[in-house]
Amino acid sequence: MRQTDFTYAVARVRYKETKLLTDNDLDTMLRCHDADAVLRFLKDRGWGDSSEDETVDELLDKELERTWEFAFESVDDHEALNFLLIPNDFHNAKVAVKCITRDIEPEGIMLRQAVFAPDTLYESVRLHDYDRLPDYLRGCVREALHTLLQTSDGQLCDVIIDRACLMTVYQLGRESGVDIIERYCELYVASSDIKIAVRSAKTGKSADFLRRALAPCDTLNIDKLITAATAGVDEVIDYLRETVYRTATDALSVSLSAFEKWCDDTITDALRPQKWEPFSIGPIVAYILARENELKAARMILLSKLNALDDDIIKERLRSMYV
Amino acid sequence: MSDFLANNAGLFFALLGAAFATFLAGIGSAIGVGKAGVAAAGVLSEDPSKFGKVLIFQLLPATQGIYGLLVAFLILSNTGLIGQVKEVSTLTGLLYFAAALPIAFSGLFSAIHQGNCAVAAIGTVNKKPDQMGKALILPAMVETYAILALLISILAIFGINAM
Repeated sequence: MRQTDFTYAVARVRYKETKLLTDNDLDTMLRCHDADAVLRFLKDRGWGDSSEDETVDELLDKELERTWEFAFESVDDHEALNFLLIPNDFHNAKVAVKCITRDIEPEGIMLRQAVFAPDTLYESVRLHDYDRLPDYLRGCVREALHTLLQTSDGQLCDVIIDRACLMTVYQLGRESGVDIIERYCELYVASSDIKIAVRSAKTGKSADFLRRALAPCDTLNIDKLITAATAGVDEVIDYLRETVYRTATDALSVSLSAFEKWCDDTITDALRPQKWEPFSIGPIVAYILARENELKAARMILLSKLNALDDDIIKERLRSMYV
Repeated sequence: MSDFLANNAGLFFALLGAAFATFLAGIGSAIGVGKAGVAAAGVLSEDPSKFGKVLIFQLLPATQGIYGLLVAFLILSNTGLIGQVKEVSTLTGLLYFAAALPIAFSGLFSAIHQGNCAVAAIGTVNKKPDQMGKALILPAMVETYAILALLISILAIFGINAM
């Protein structure tokens, strides 16, 4: 039976929300002189472990691991969070397929936070033992490996697995019956479709390629998007003006990274009402996404300090925080 | 058996009323306190220093069970089921049964909803401990309706006695 009462987890989330980074915290981090000062600020907030020589990647990996540990500890029905983790399975599938065809070890490339164990996934692909794979991976992994071995086309291999990922996320959203999960999954698929369409328009991809790459969703008409993408970027933007994504067109006119920021900010805005919801899974989902958002922001600031980038460039890219 | 029931129908209905008052209000309190307890446990797993605060919220839905117990005790006492058994007519028994219904049902539903409200209030105190007073008022408002029901049940019982 599916878990419907998340009272315990939500109570824990309410406390954790008080520890999330705010927009003011991001400003403070941006004002720091160097990456060490940012690391000290984060460590004062309880990030990472007590060791002094912790690297940026170690610190951020540790925090992501902590977030998922907390989520699994608080929520009994782990499957309810699959829609957030399953894209990592598809990432691991791509890594496995490519590493095996190129005879490389996947050390450090596979993501540990996944629904299906990465080691088992790698072994199953290596041994062509597809029966051990879950249903959502089986077909696309077999097809991608076959395609890669026959054509050596790495991009086509990615397209096959990415489309399967989008369709799985969309399906999980529909099956969840939870409004905020449905909205997240819909935006996840639609924003990916838009990014594929824009990139394809820029590189002059064919309608056949787009048909293989784009996944259906409720808020976009895929046929119209394909027609627009084969005509050019401006046509894609014109088409989006007819859809619910008309507010994204300004960002899209600037760059794809501006559009990604628009997507993240839209999700954060949609999640805000979860701060007042006491029983459903919504606040847990909101917390996990908020944590991922702040880890993204922390990584951006730390890397900008390490590479001596201008603060204004980073400010433009920083997402608005959940709290 | 049927003769026994016919001769003691009044007592039977009075006892049924006492039972309703106790178990329905008690079920409501158990659900409400349980829900608030789950939320309180979530808070304590992160911040044990809030024990005193969350305990108050957890106890709020417990009162309906006590109100049910009080009404049941009055019925048992007035019918002599505690102490010397009195002659209770079928009509009087039915009246006691009816007198128990307000606290039975109001206790059941108000305790469940007070529990929900207490869970939300625990969330508020968890994030803003300085808002304890305001957060406490919100679930306490639900108590009003349990108190109104208790008042009617008690007035009805005393009214039956005076008949």
